[in-house]
Amino acid sequence: MTVIHDRPGNPAAGDADRPIGYGRIQRKEDPRFVRGQGHYIDDMVLPGMLHGAILRAPVAHARLVSIDTTNALAHPKVLAVITGKDLLALKLAWAPTLSADVQAVLVTDKVRFQGQEVAFVVAEDRYAARDALELIDVEYDLLPPVIDARKALDPDAPLIRDDLEGRTDNRIFDWEIGDEAETEAIFAAADVVVAQEVVYPRVHPAPMETCGAVADFDAVSGKLTLYETTQAPHAHRTLFAIVAGIPEHKIRIVSPDIGGGFGNKVGIYPGYILAVVGSIVTGKPVKWVEDRSENLMSTSFARDYIMQGEIAATKDGKILALRTSVLADHGAFNATAQPTKNPAGFFSIFTGSYDLKAAFCKVRGVYTNKAPGGVAYACSFRVTEAVYLVERMVDILARKLDMDPAELRLKNFIKPEQFPYANKTGWVYDSGSYEEAMRLSMKMAGYEELRREQAEKRERGELMGIGVAFFTEVVGAGPRKHFDIVGLGMADGAELRVHPTGKAVVRLSVQSQGQGHETTFAQIVAEELGIPPENIDVVHGDTDQTPFGLGTYGSRSTPVSGGAVALVARKVREKAKLIAAAMLETRPEDLEWEKGRWFVKGDPGAGKTIEEIAMAAHGTMTLPEGIDGNLDAEVTYDPPNLTFPFGAYICVVDIDPGTGHVKVRRFIAVDDCGTRINPMIIEGQVHGGLTDGVGMALMEIIEFDEAGNCLGGSFMDYLIPTAMEVPDWETGFTVTPSPHHPIGAKGIGESATVGSPPAIVNAIVDALAPYGVVHMDMPCTPARVWEAMQGRPRPPI
Amino acid sequence: MQISMTVNGSEVVSDIEPRVLLVHYIREVLGLTGTHWGCDTTNCGTCVVLMDGQPVKSCTVLAAMAAGHDIRTVEGLATAGTLDPVQQGFMEEHGLQCGFCTPGMMLTARALLDKNPHPDDIEIRKAISGQICRCTGYATIVRSVQWAAAHPAGAVADVAATDEVLEGTDTVIPDVADAEVKA
Amino acid sequence: MQIPAPFDYERASSVNDALELLARHGPESRVVAGGHSLLPMMKLRLARPEWLIDINDLFELDFILLEGDHLRVGALTRHTALLESAEVARLFPIISDAEAVIADPVVRNRGTIGGSLCQADPAEDLSTVCDVLRAVAVVRGPGGERLVDMKDFHRGPYETAVAPDELLCEVRFAVRPNSGSAYEKVERRVGDWAVAAAGAAISLADDGSVDAAAIGLTALGLDGTVAEAEGVLLGQQPREELFVEAGRVAASACDPIADQRGGIDYKRHLADELTRRVLRLACARAAGTQEG
Repeated sequence: MTVIHDRPGNPAAGDADRPIGYGRIQRKEDPRFVRGQGHYIDDMVLPGMLHGAILRAPVAHARLVSIDTTNALAHPKVLAVITGKDLLALKLAWAPTLSADVQAVLVTDKVRFQGQEVAFVVAEDRYAARDALELIDVEYDLLPPVIDARKALDPDAPLIRDDLEGRTDNRIFDWEIGDEAETEAIFAAADVVVAQEVVYPRVHPAPMETCGAVADFDAVSGKLTLYETTQAPHAHRTLFAIVAGIPEHKIRIVSPDIGGGFGNKVGIYPGYILAVVGSIVTGKPVKWVEDRSENLMSTSFARDYIMQGEIAATKDGKILALRTSVLADHGAFNATAQPTKNPAGFFSIFTGSYDLKAAFCKVRGVYTNKAPGGVAYACSFRVTEAVYLVERMVDILARKLDMDPAELRLKNFIKPEQFPYANKTGWVYDSGSYEEAMRLSMKMAGYEELRREQAEKRERGELMGIGVAFFTEVVGAGPRKHFDIVGLGMADGAELRVHPTGKAVVRLSVQSQGQGHETTFAQIVAEELGIPPENIDVVHGDTDQTPFGLGTYGSRSTPVSGGAVALVARKVREKAKLIAAAMLETRPEDLEWEKGRWFVKGDPGAGKTIEEIAMAAHGTMTLPEGIDGNLDAEVTYDPPNLTFPFGAYICVVDIDPGTGHVKVRRFIAVDDCGTRINPMIIEGQVHGGLTDGVGMALMEIIEFDEAGNCLGGSFMDYLIPTAMEVPDWETGFTVTPSPHHPIGAKGIGESATVGSPPAIVNAIVDALAPYGVVHMDMPCTPARVWEAMQGRPRPPI
Repeated sequence: MQISMTVNGSEVVSDIEPRVLLVHYIREVLGLTGTHWGCDTTNCGTCVVLMDGQPVKSCTVLAAMAAGHDIRTVEGLATAGTLDPVQQGFMEEHGLQCGFCTPGMMLTARALLDKNPHPDDIEIRKAISGQICRCTGYATIVRSVQWAAAHPAGAVADVAATDEVLEGTDTVIPDVADAEVKA
Repeated sequence: MQIPAPFDYERASSVNDALELLARHGPESRVVAGGHSLLPMMKLRLARPEWLIDINDLFELDFILLEGDHLRVGALTRHTALLESAEVARLFPIISDAEAVIADPVVRNRGTIGGSLCQADPAEDLSTVCDVLRAVAVVRGPGGERLVDMKDFHRGPYETAVAPDELLCEVRFAVRPNSGSAYEKVERRVGDWAVAAAGAAISLADDGSVDAAAIGLTALGLDGTVAEAEGVLLGQQPREELFVEAGRVAASACDPIADQRGGIDYKRHLADELTRRVLRLACARAAGTQEG
């Protein structure tokens, strides 16, 4: 396989191979993980801790007639059974969602999706809590459900949200952007127009660790300590203050090691709130950890977009305009995790990587009797749906024009000199070198040779497909004036302390779910200050220990908190300069920085290392006026713009013509995330996202039957790729730093999840060209591929 | 009921309900929380431990059924304070991200290498095909196991020879040759 | 995490002990071996036995023995042991083919042939394999031992001829000269249950014509083997047109249901496609032109 590594040497540190700063180093968190000493939510045991379990609705839509908890309460190990009625009395029955809606914590009036929370049992151990669920009798009065989003606004559709005053139908929002008239004019005059319905079905992030919490409410001090699987501890603290009415300074959120997030751990779920209620009611710590079915059936799904795409072009392949109308299924409560002004997230980046004359998109969100959510699943706010749409449409156009799909893309890319590039839906792309990335991927793939091989195989009736996709991501939200989550601006703080001996602690608002923050952020400080990364401790995941910030999702940790950390280190460096000048009895402007020390210009021997300066800062010398006796600093970084990572992906598939079984033979991924901090970690992020892409393209889907029963409620039915379904990834990179970012880094967490599904589906459709297939929707299971080969591809929903 | 078994070389005796799952016994009775669980249906392999040297899914074995057997968990991988080559390999080749599936993956890798010291990549992929990793995309896990196969005595000697160990940690900065991924 | 309802547990020390325990505890007791089908059902509380009789200590049931013209496989033989047996691969490559695609390697370390057959899931691979190989089940109960032909063993989905007070002890396979067999499964992902699968076993006469043929389909709504398709081949020299015809007949004989794994027409197509494939391979193996 081809792997291209960059390992900048570090001569300044006296070792050309050992990076003090950016470069490939092992992760600081790994020693505990390989020993089994990670500390995840279910590892948490507090003295006297009780266990909670949730009774869930077996039906999708039903009026709640009665709940009888007598028998459950009689269980010798049960301490409490909480129902919606109890929560109404506490004014906790409904909680605000991340999208200005409300969600039932426990059902009070009616069930709105299968798996909805109906009652909460608190017992001495988890076995007893589970047993007691069977002792609760609930009577339901069934109602017809709304399952097909296409029918949600039919005149006779049952009203799902009769709890909302004045609500008469299942519409949540209508949102549009772009110039509709201008786009229409271009479409009307274009040589070629193609249209296609493209469906991105409902999928689930399904991290290996499910969601859970341990709530510990101290009735004497009034302090709530909540350990929970959250990607956004600070945002959760504020929301809990609002939901539970506990003063915010009396809430401490601790996010321990997290076994994967992928967006699943952004939202506040009823289970977390119920653990808190359980602790308040019993006076003891209460643990709640969902099982896998609860995870798949009730916590946040992703996608569920039905997209009508249209693309207009000249007959020689100049793309002119894009247009789409989207029907978005948000489930029973609008709990989608998007910035307030962006109900469809960043979907409007659907203009992709192309220089267009016009674009227009409209999105309609509707309620259905399905689980709420609409989180990332590693897609940075609906960019996955957007990129999938445009990259399918470009391929369909290439087929129509009988052009090579790589050629068509190369012909239409935004050129390097056009950056910063204002697209037609309001984004200003920071930097890009698209052709360079595309050509590198084609070179790595041996594109021409692959096309020759394909032609030979077609002669023999073999089905081989080559899929090309190019994506532009938009990540790193803020700026705070444009982007907020329930009113909280998307800026991140960072605090840095350099101790007297020159060892440092950096405190972050963002929380790792496996991305390696303890390593990456130490490397950023190391790069700026010359302190070796092993001498820098990264503190995160505890709101009492860290500055405020919005959390880890939307690939924002490196772009936002990474910027904050670089800036706080620079602030320390400038402070160190003033102290060094005093130590060297010279003027600050006469000093020059090399990694790890300030020295006198023209006299490299006269200098002070950061360690020496740190000791002096805490020592007895007279410090310059205005300098405190420490080497600490703090900043809050409000990004001036988002960042726009990009990449070129090529996928090669072979399809068994007799069974429709798809084998992903090769996958070439060229990513550009700007400045690269730890190439090993970047490669890992890309590999993981590519595997998500294989999952979505080939097998992952949360389906429902007509009654609203979830058909993807266990890992027997919700399939995730194993080592056998994925190839040995071939990764490469280009480096186009973000011009506005303190270190030029753009973020990498979700690029591969965004870019890989269209590459794979394009390859499958390409393989099926001899059968006249122009489009098929995911997941491309053997049965669905075979149906496409028979000339009757069908939407998955 | 009373059960006894050997866990990481030590005899343990407990009084438990017959329905206690082995994964719960290991985690909650013995307090060895390095063994995780991820599904309920024997699909994900997060809970893999070695039973008489063979990988088994401990969410689908009753503690009572494991009585009398030899159980090895991630906590028993390192011997006398020295990491197993598999543990070192996972650190060297970035075979883990969130760390949740990692104990099970490493134990399966150990069992594979005990049986087949020089597996090819496909044999490694097959061996871990009952275990799901949501983070790594598996290629780095394959490389990690290959690293362990190439360093059967562990990396103590190798590290001293070619790599630099960061003071006070297990963090190893590999030398250039080590860091390059095999073609 | 899902947890089974309470039950009592006893570990059997011998087959006789197991039979005694079954007799003592009655129909609310269940035998557990690998437990990889039963325990998940118990966690979902779809199965709620009052007693679990653990037979994992019955080493007398863990064997693979070639005796005369029979291969005897103990009911407690793990899938991994069957997969790794060179003898099995040589005599009955269909077993190796199937074992390689049953669940995953870790599950195969625990799961047993007896457990698979007694669970009798319609999508279970070894049931088809045993049907195709015309295996005989050795069942013991209070009244002693009885032999049950595989065609009488399965009584529909999740039901077998093994009575609540009986134990499946062994499966016997007749070794036939000039034989070949094969199994192929289509799955959505490695480790998934079959969308559909087919198995075939062929014996050739000295003149190369088909002396005996068996064709079985998994997850396609059929009990036993597909006699109509087998009839296409009997007495004939194996050749592609016959495989095609047998596939066509198998497709029309099967009775699949539509589910998340595929629609009826697709599954019918697979019956055809996979029947052709396994016949080609089984015949080649029988003729010695294809390695087992």
